[in-house]
Amino acid sequence: MKIVLKQVNLLNPEQKLQQKSDILIEDGVIKKIGGLKEEDFKTSKVFDFENKYCVPGMLDMHVHLREPGREDEETVETGCNAASAGGFTSVACMPNTSPDIDSAEVVRYIKEKSKNHLVEVYPVAAASLGRKGEALAPMYELFEAGAVAFSDDGIAIKTPHVLRHAMEYSKMFDAPIIEHCEDDSLADGAMNESATSTLLGLPAIPTVAEDLIVIRDIMMAEFTGARVHIAHISSKNAVDLVRQAKKKGIKVTAEVAPHHFTLSDEMVKTFDTNYKMNPPLRSSEDVDAMIEGLIDGTIDCIASDHAPHSIEEKEMEFIYAPNGILGLETILGISLSELVHKKRLSLSQLVEKLSINPRKVLNLPVPQIKEGEKADLTIFDPDLIWTVDVSKFKSKSKNSPFDKRLLTGKSIAVINKNKMFYEEKFFGI
Amino acid sequence: MSLSSRHLLGLSGVPKEDLQLILDTATTFREVLERPIKKVPTLQGKTIVNLFYENSTRTRISFELAQKRLSADTINFSTSTSSAKKGETFKDTVRNIEAMKVDMIVVRHQSAGVPQYLTKISKANIINAGDGLHEHPTQGLLDMYSIRERLGKLQGLKVCIAGDVAHSRVALSNIFGLKTMGAEVSVCGPSTMIPTGIESFGVKVLHNINDAIANNDVLNVLRIQLERNAGVRIPSLREYHQYFGITTERIEKFNRDILILHPGPINRGVELSSEVADGPYQVILDQVTNGVAIRMAVLYLLGTMHN
Ligand SMILES: [Zn+2]
Repeated sequence: MKIVLKQVNLLNPEQKLQQKSDILIEDGVIKKIGGLKEEDFKTSKVFDFENKYCVPGMLDMHVHLREPGREDEETVETGCNAASAGGFTSVACMPNTSPDIDSAEVVRYIKEKSKNHLVEVYPVAAASLGRKGEALAPMYELFEAGAVAFSDDGIAIKTPHVLRHAMEYSKMFDAPIIEHCEDDSLADGAMNESATSTLLGLPAIPTVAEDLIVIRDIMMAEFTGARVHIAHISSKNAVDLVRQAKKKGIKVTAEVAPHHFTLSDEMVKTFDTNYKMNPPLRSSEDVDAMIEGLIDGTIDCIASDHAPHSIEEKEMEFIYAPNGILGLETILGISLSELVHKKRLSLSQLVEKLSINPRKVLNLPVPQIKEGEKADLTIFDPDLIWTVDVSKFKSKSKNSPFDKRLLTGKSIAVINKNKMFYEEKFFGI
Repeated sequence: MSLSSRHLLGLSGVPKEDLQLILDTATTFREVLERPIKKVPTLQGKTIVNLFYENSTRTRISFELAQKRLSADTINFSTSTSSAKKGETFKDTVRNIEAMKVDMIVVRHQSAGVPQYLTKISKANIINAGDGLHEHPTQGLLDMYSIRERLGKLQGLKVCIAGDVAHSRVALSNIFGLKTMGAEVSVCGPSTMIPTGIESFGVKVLHNINDAIANNDVLNVLRIQLERNAGVRIPSLREYHQYFGITTERIEKFNRDILILHPGPINRGVELSSEVADGPYQVILDQVTNGVAIRMAVLYLLGTMHN
């Protein structure tokens, strides 16, 4: 099948590409950019994408798909549907499933489940067996089966000893270690430690719990020469530590979740458990530091930390409710609203953080918008005003604090693997 | 006169007029408690559930007695297991109770925010009997009542809350209530027991108990919560007593006019010496009696409101 995207703004900073053009895609391959004939329009399904942007397919490098284990909250399929609706053609899924992604069998299981979906799923495997921080997971085998990175996400790799070996071992195939940075002994809390936690009487986690592991991991990355990626960074000091480490040439990268550059711990005053996540929402100073880090490039990527939870579990008493919120279907809208429309990042910079840098961190090729290349594309309207409605989410869960929020900018379509998702529907192209 | 809210979730943000009204109403009920027949028919026909997710016999008995003295029908629901462990969700439990047509719910829970959440899922009047490390408003009120009873006023008084402030729900209710009533409030304790950012609530932080005794009219001494992992925050109870314990010696040396309060139960020989706990400076048992009067006042004012 042939499709034409008419008068769309092509944007790929990686290729220094920025032009308005018609584009012809046939059998999933970009056939022509510009120079389309009358004939091409007649024989193709034509999409008028004037004023829309077409960028390399976005990759959300931190999502929890819950399968295997908690298929009541999300499955590979519903998670991929949510990704498509949110503007993503790829996701990297975290290993804290049940069983954990610590065997090649589970990697293959997830790969198999997503094989026919538009969205490409890249499993992030556990660094240690059962994420227990005691023995290394079979990293080489996991890598060969399709894992792209290693992480004990949910927690940091328990000891410097195991961390060292995980880094040294993963270096052999240049896969990064992704760290959930939090010192366990300081992490027994339900929100950020601040005057607000004192006011609310909730047990709290100080930012230093994050900073300590960030500095540990940076030093270990320097020592081993391996690559470390800081997941969901949230503290101002941690951003400073990454900034300094980058200046020294240490191989460290970082991602931030939209809630950490949008919401502060003041929101917890509602006692709404949709404001409970880990790392917790921090102070407004930390929120500003996230934006600074995005602007100066200290923070490379934006990732949602999409964490579906059942209604019964999320509706528990605050201290017992599980951590985490949905992210896939709001991340682009929030990023456009909070970063681009507020003139903090340019559109090109945003594309770097959502499409290009995540692939560089994961050592994956960046899709090119070029004749002869496979079409792996996200098309979004940066100016579309819409209201978030969790009841319309493709995700199986509904736990989002952004419900009813007015956003400017939304994904319109995604194209990948000979498939297109447009107007809430999937079809072959 | 009636209260401005149909729930009592905490003392934070409660206007002065409301606090005044509760304290004054409690004076009336305090007098009832001295009568041979200590019962009034004001809440006849009202059903009140005491929903206690945390063991607190004292608070529960005090509420229960207050309810009986007001002629309300009382049901106790006590469990020390959290809903997370026992299978039925908190929401389902509340809905079940709600279906039995209750008018008021008195709730005690390990998690801060539960009373606030209850107001969203129940139509009953909600009274917070202690949530997490957040608030315990009737305790704050009875402390204020006891101070006013002895010293005749709250305005302009200097009150220090001493002890494990970080793990106390009594401290916050005291701070908010007393400050609204015009008292000057400070906290005193080892720095490991002073919570982050407490100064931002307009309270002074002290670490020297002698200064606290010397410079205050009232000392509200908190219990050292052994069950809350106090061992990591102080080297030993002996050391705590040595540097922060209230003793007759200290009182007589620094301020013989001080009034000592304690929410109970007392760790004798830790935060208070036995001599102080039984001595002339304290009003600990008056606090217990006043607690019933305060709870009667709160139940009465909320139970007779027209919504
Ligand atoms: Zn994490």
